Amino acid sequence: MEFETVIGLEVHAQLSTDTKIFCGCSTEFGKPANTNTCPLCLGLPGVLPVLNRKAVDYAVKMALATNCRINRTNIFARKNYFYPDLPKGYQISQFDLPIAEHGWVEIEVEGEVKRIGLTRIHLEEDAGKLIHDEREPLSYVDLNRTGTPLIEIVSEPDLRSGEEAAAYLKKLHAIVRYLDICDGNMQEGSFRCDANISLRPKGREEFGTRTELKNMNSFRNVQRAIEYEVRRQRDLLLDGGKVIQQTLLWDPDAGRTSPMRSKEEAHDYRYFPDPDLIPVEISEEWIEKAEKEQPELPDQRKKRFMEELELPAYDAVILTGDRELADYFEAGLGHYRDAKKLSNWIMTELIRELRDREMEITSCPVTPVNLARLLGLIEAGTISGKIAKTVFQEMLASGKDPDIVVKEKNLVQISDEGEILKLVREIVAANPEQVKQFKEGKSKVMGFFVGQLMKETKGKANPKMANQLFIEELNK
Amino acid sequence: MELYSLTVHQLRKMLSKGAVSAVEITESVLARIDRVEGRIGAYITLDRDGALAQAAAADREIARSAGGPLAGIPLALKDVACTEGLRTTAGSKILESFIPPYDATMVAKLKDAGAVILGKLSMDEFAMGSANENCAFGTPHNPWALDYVCGGSSGGSAAAVAADECLASIGSDTGGSIRQPASYCGVVGLKPTYGRVSRYGLIAYASSLDQFGPLTKDVRDCAMILQEISGYDQRDSTSVNIGVPDYSAALGKGVKGLKVGIPREYFEEGVAPEVAAAVRNGIDLLKEAGAELVDLSLPHTDYGVAAYYIIAPAEASSNLARYDGVRYGHRTAAPDSLLEMYNQSRSEGFGTEVKRRIMIGTYALSSGYYDAYYKKALQVRTLIINDFKEAFARCDVMVSPVTPGPAWRIGEKNSDPLSVYLTDILTIPANMAGVPGLSLPCGFTGAGLPIGFQIQAPHFGEERLLQTAYALERELGIAGRKPAAL
Ligand SMILES: [Zn+2]
Repeated sequence: MEFETVIGLEVHAQLSTDTKIFCGCSTEFGKPANTNTCPLCLGLPGVLPVLNRKAVDYAVKMALATNCRINRTNIFARKNYFYPDLPKGYQISQFDLPIAEHGWVEIEVEGEVKRIGLTRIHLEEDAGKLIHDEREPLSYVDLNRTGTPLIEIVSEPDLRSGEEAAAYLKKLHAIVRYLDICDGNMQEGSFRCDANISLRPKGREEFGTRTELKNMNSFRNVQRAIEYEVRRQRDLLLDGGKVIQQTLLWDPDAGRTSPMRSKEEAHDYRYFPDPDLIPVEISEEWIEKAEKEQPELPDQRKKRFMEELELPAYDAVILTGDRELADYFEAGLGHYRDAKKLSNWIMTELIRELRDREMEITSCPVTPVNLARLLGLIEAGTISGKIAKTVFQEMLASGKDPDIVVKEKNLVQISDEGEILKLVREIVAANPEQVKQFKEGKSKVMGFFVGQLMKETKGKANPKMANQLFIEELNK
Repeated sequence: MELYSLTVHQLRKMLSKGAVSAVEITESVLARIDRVEGRIGAYITLDRDGALAQAAAADREIARSAGGPLAGIPLALKDVACTEGLRTTAGSKILESFIPPYDATMVAKLKDAGAVILGKLSMDEFAMGSANENCAFGTPHNPWALDYVCGGSSGGSAAAVAADECLASIGSDTGGSIRQPASYCGVVGLKPTYGRVSRYGLIAYASSLDQFGPLTKDVRDCAMILQEISGYDQRDSTSVNIGVPDYSAALGKGVKGLKVGIPREYFEEGVAPEVAAAVRNGIDLLKEAGAELVDLSLPHTDYGVAAYYIIAPAEASSNLARYDGVRYGHRTAAPDSLLEMYNQSRSEGFGTEVKRRIMIGTYALSSGYYDAYYKKALQVRTLIINDFKEAFARCDVMVSPVTPGPAWRIGEKNSDPLSVYLTDILTIPANMAGVPGLSLPCGFTGAGLPIGFQIQAPHFGEERLLQTAYALERELGIAGRKPAAL
């Protein structure tokens, strides 16, 4: 039997406001436990929440960027449950009237553009954190994170594969980064997602029983976890088994999912409108202002890169998928005109080196201007493309300008025809066996001769000139 | 005349003339407390040293012609108001040792006005009750008849004023919790418009209904205290940002030409004849003073109690979830698991009535029942609001009894919570609609128990309430009468 995979994602993005959503406490990460707290964060008796309008503003920006309909009146509701990281015994969230509904984003998988529906975006407060003692049955509560504003973005069940889910998540990630409303850090959990997965026989309308996947803290893990779960469900169904509705945790080390204890599910959250907060009215002017402030978004930038810079779609998608990377590219472009060559360097050398060093583009020691200069040196014939890679390594290590590296290491290309010709003749004279092979038609041996020359010149010989001179000399 | 037996406005006059010191006043009240508190039991926490220090500070302010409008006046607060550094229990064992690190906005405002805070007054646990019999620290006694209840939930606040154990007090009113005990104890009690006084620092029972308000010896004092605690507070999103008028200036306006509505449903079955007669007498006096009487109907009055006992417990079930033994308050000894910690801490910390209301509220909000209970109750609330809108289109204030009957004997209704719930039938609608209401003493039963006269006004109509109450108080001429039992 053939199955169709149905996936919906719930994405939580922590908003990067300076202060929390319902009090004036700082949202700074990494402070000593319970120092970013006040009577409100601690859930003391008598305290009342006051809405941080900046958080609403950020949510409005997200709603506009994802083609949502904004609810002009939206209300906060209480989600009631007991847990030690939830000081009030309820989380302030939105239920009946969230800030935005009915949106969509476009993703591209294997060259196909697909529209993914957004059911809703709502605002809520984050909970605190529990720290468990490893030796004793003791748990500590850190309420620094309590009240950090979050938006939850719920997709329609429009995703059909782990790859699509990852592409969708990347798209949302790019959007929050472009809007600068979330730091996007998946490791620290400021951008996280849960997935609902079910399978149904191809052609069937009705959804199958779904499972919920949690604990996937990277794009790669989202895809891996979903693909694992799809396989698991398919095997189960093919064996005549039934999928049980449950919450599963992804174990990235073991590469498998395992069920959460069922006690932690089965909640009746008893949502009701929070009587401490009045409805949020979002005016026409507010939306207009947000629209005006909206920066260029990933799709628009991609389009511009393709149309104005004539980059291939592949390059444009990768470069614009990360706001900082695209910024880097454009900063370099101001000093080097060939967009495709610059893109090549970034997408091959730069991205590989960054990945190897586990480094963010924003902390790359090679500034975009210096990278542009390096490419300029190749174009001017000052250094060869091969030497440029050596120079680039040095720039990464020291952060120095390429001109200085070239000068200090004496890497200027030898383009003096007389000097190269002298060496070419010596090499030809010293290797009669290879000369014979060449004359017999083994053109591959050319590589040997150029290699010898590069060895003599420590790679500095102008390769084009060297080739030319060898051909002339060997054909004599 | 003993200082403790005077009113706020009398003592303020004497203080500004230098005829008396704040310390003398506070000492007089403390001596009075020493003499009668054993028979009343109005206080949960008395801050003797703190009060004397504040009084001395007030005297220094007054000496340099500074000091606010309440400088040197010893007040006491219902133990539902958070006071920085002073234990605040909400009448519950679960908060028996809770000391807030902050002042409620209302408390900060009183302190800014120079008031001396004597201590914290008895109340029904988490303001849930109508007789103050649900307090974890004992039931206060009615100063007019010591074996009678003083009403609730602000029972301590009413009893302390009636017994001259403070010059005035603050209570909170969710369904009548200021007006009903004020009526049972023969003092003036005012529930302001929802949003008039900041709720920041009021330990929540039902957030959409709760409101702080004054209990005083007369109407002028009531205006003075209300003046100081009113106003917008950006820490309370439900407080309303409109100006605070000069309430004392409204007092002398009289009732000539004032349209006084008489809601038919407030006089129907269940209202004791003695109560009805005393209130009718008050209405006659208003008419003689020039008021125009208007017969009215508030057809949904009967449904108020039912809707209230869904909405208030629903909100309470959520508001009281924070008392979980994790961060502060009572925690059970050596629990075996997290669940046991929750269950045991709450079982031990909460009293019967609180548990009952948490259960009712949790049920009403549960999936499958929400529409039938909570949503329906909100619809009833809308109908009640519309009743008031229509009524106030035809009159300036409405008058009625505060409660169907007077206070009852302590313990008499212990086995019948429903009959206690029904005593709030005439006060609950004002909370549901958010309008202000005032209880003014208007007479006594044959047994010597006080009877209250309720005045209600449209949103932010506190001036009209006070103006009407002041006129009637003068006509009645019973203000200043003291309980013989003490
Ligand atoms: Zn805080």
